[in-house]
Amino acid sequence: MTKRVLMKGNEVIAEAAVRAGCRHYFGYPITPQTEIMHYMARRMPEVSGTILQAESEVAAINMVYGAAAAGARVMTTSSSPGISLKQEGFSYIAGAELPAVVVNIVRTGPGLGGILPAQGDYFQATKGGGHGDYRNIVLAPASIQELYELTVEAFNLADKYRNLVMILGDGTLGQMMEPVAFRDEESIETVAKDWAVSGRQGRKEHNEITSIYINPDIMEALNNKLQAKYREIEKNEVRVEVLQCEDAEIVITAFGIASRICRNVIRQARAEGIKVGMIRPITLWPFPSKTISAVASIESVSSFLTVELNAGQMVEDVRLAVNGSKPVEFYGRMGGNLPSQKEILEKIRTMAGK
Amino acid sequence: MEKVFSRTEGLLDKPMHYCPGCTHGIIHRLIAEAMCELDILEETIGVSPVGCTYNNYEYFACDMVQASHGRAPAVGTGIKRVHPERMVFTYQGDGDLAAIGTAEIVHAAARGEKISTFFVNNAIYGMTSGQMAPTTLIGQKTTTSPFGRDPQVQGYPINVSEMIATLEGAVYVERVSVSSFKDIKNAAKAIRKAFRVQQAGLGFSMVEILSTCPTNWGIDPVGAIEWLEENMKKKYPLGVFRGKDLEV
Amino acid sequence: MTMTDFSIILAGFGGQGILSAGRIVATAALLDNHEVSWFPSYGPEMRGGTANCGVVISDSIIGSPVINDIDVLIALNNPSLEKFSRQVKPGGVVIVDSTLVTSVPEREDIKFFPIPASELANQDGNMNFAVVYLLGCLSAASECISQEKFEEALKDVLPARHHHLIPAELEVFARGKTYANVK
Repeated sequence: MTKRVLMKGNEVIAEAAVRAGCRHYFGYPITPQTEIMHYMARRMPEVSGTILQAESEVAAINMVYGAAAAGARVMTTSSSPGISLKQEGFSYIAGAELPAVVVNIVRTGPGLGGILPAQGDYFQATKGGGHGDYRNIVLAPASIQELYELTVEAFNLADKYRNLVMILGDGTLGQMMEPVAFRDEESIETVAKDWAVSGRQGRKEHNEITSIYINPDIMEALNNKLQAKYREIEKNEVRVEVLQCEDAEIVITAFGIASRICRNVIRQARAEGIKVGMIRPITLWPFPSKTISAVASIESVSSFLTVELNAGQMVEDVRLAVNGSKPVEFYGRMGGNLPSQKEILEKIRTMAGK
Repeated sequence: MEKVFSRTEGLLDKPMHYCPGCTHGIIHRLIAEAMCELDILEETIGVSPVGCTYNNYEYFACDMVQASHGRAPAVGTGIKRVHPERMVFTYQGDGDLAAIGTAEIVHAAARGEKISTFFVNNAIYGMTSGQMAPTTLIGQKTTTSPFGRDPQVQGYPINVSEMIATLEGAVYVERVSVSSFKDIKNAAKAIRKAFRVQQAGLGFSMVEILSTCPTNWGIDPVGAIEWLEENMKKKYPLGVFRGKDLEV
Repeated sequence: MTMTDFSIILAGFGGQGILSAGRIVATAALLDNHEVSWFPSYGPEMRGGTANCGVVISDSIIGSPVINDIDVLIALNNPSLEKFSRQVKPGGVVIVDSTLVTSVPEREDIKFFPIPASELANQDGNMNFAVVYLLGCLSAASECISQEKFEEALKDVLPARHHHLIPAELEVFARGKTYANVK
């Protein structure tokens, strides 16, 4: 393995993007993710790339739209209120089927909210936000190493499916330092982009990138095509970590930073004789419903506990997957507060009747 | 029979959807001819707006991208930064550019983004059926100013070219019209110049083109030309606001 | 030594080198082949003049980088001591810069090491040394950072133009260690 270096999550995202062949970055400053832009401002010139501080998040996502249409590997990053502004662009990117990578280092809301870590953007990330029937692939890393690997993967997935891929992190992941080992060379899966606009240059037909279809049958056909693509992604791209569920009595479901806190809880609970396991969705969309459903059918499993930094969002998808076969409880904190191990453990003791 | 006139190669062989008497068709042709004359048709990427010309990507023979409302200069920026050696233009109306997209056009110009914007000002929203535009004249009746635009209620029209010309990054800004043969010749010249400014890498270039909307003005095509001449040219005088002495 | 989620909080004012000191501790632990995480206070909290960071060192995957129960607290001002001393585990360690921290933790179940770090650094003519005295003390009080790894970490973290300061820093670190013997 290559040398492990200590790096901040936000910087790792930027470095990973550059390593993945991203040469165009458009952004607008917002805490707690601005270090990505700081890093890019120094790093991009080294690889003759473009970093542009846009006049707004709205402009930034439309620059991404243009650069993606032009065939580039492109990224923008922001945090919750900024992501809300970019939602219009996400919908157009979906309609025009453009590959793009977006990072949301989530902070608390609603409104201007606060700048501390939260997971309150789960609904927005996985169920739209913008208008129309579309899906973004949503990746939820839980460590800095994984943040690196998933950022690289995000670019491959975006190109493969001509789809927006979002990294859903949070203030903790963005701000913390942890060791990361970069590979000597990235596996960049290049895809021919013969649909991109680059000037005809001898091409017989001109290329058009658009998301508007006034004819209802053509519009429906596009929607059917998109839905077929989404089914394909659901079939191929679910990523999930299953931890100690074989003998579990209580199964935690948690993603990102919440899952890390729960890791310690599992250790403590098992030391007390309560058998706890965990399902950690790495892709929030496509959601690992089948895995959850399969674990729900294990006889020893008596109940589920979803832990999130919000008022209960992913828990709805967990309940759909469990489909009433076992009770699903929820524990969450908001406002930038993280649930403590003690609090979660207390909840588990109650659930276990201890 | 001898063929004395051909469609420009810059436009695809497709009937346009514009209303009778609308001047978008003329403006499309001027841009297309300019691309052919400068031999940049295969080098150019155009950006379509939201408005009556939302689908002009179906007409121009160069590569085209459709943008969301007002964001064409941002989309154009993204394209140009990926392909700095290519030519990029945006085609935008007065609602797209001067209302919802004010921030994008101002900042693209301020950055000196090496793109060319063709800004069609017909003092009204056409696509959505005749609402007031930022460039609607005082007293002009629209579906959202049915008693005439009253500055006390709806504020004043914006002189976009004069505003953009204050920005250092905007190296060439001219207002033209397509309401007479002479004006059309001048407009063609301005469009070519905008492209040449971009080709020379000098900065942002914009041509504002005064245009008619007989349908939503409620005037017949000939009357619309007269209305433009009499009213619009007073508020929006033709001329070069930046880059008068620029030789390209 | 083996460690399971050994947690250190460094807290004080902005500009005292707290975030960098935390980074040096974390780097030293990484160079010692431990798992490690470093998490700072950020945003308006930072702009308000206070700064803190938490370092977790472990030999298995680290659960949360956010610390609830503290093994070692290094406090460089009174509010920090007040804010964090209650979270120190029984048997845990509190190290303070006693030049700046005038209060004493109201707890009998912890080890308390006051060092006049700022005063000593002032005498040395380099205020950046204050935090190094505290790290030296940390080394002796908890064994989570050795002098050898501290040196390696300095080389790793400091820009080359500051490497000439390393011998002096090592000397200060060694002197800091002696304060862990004082009750």
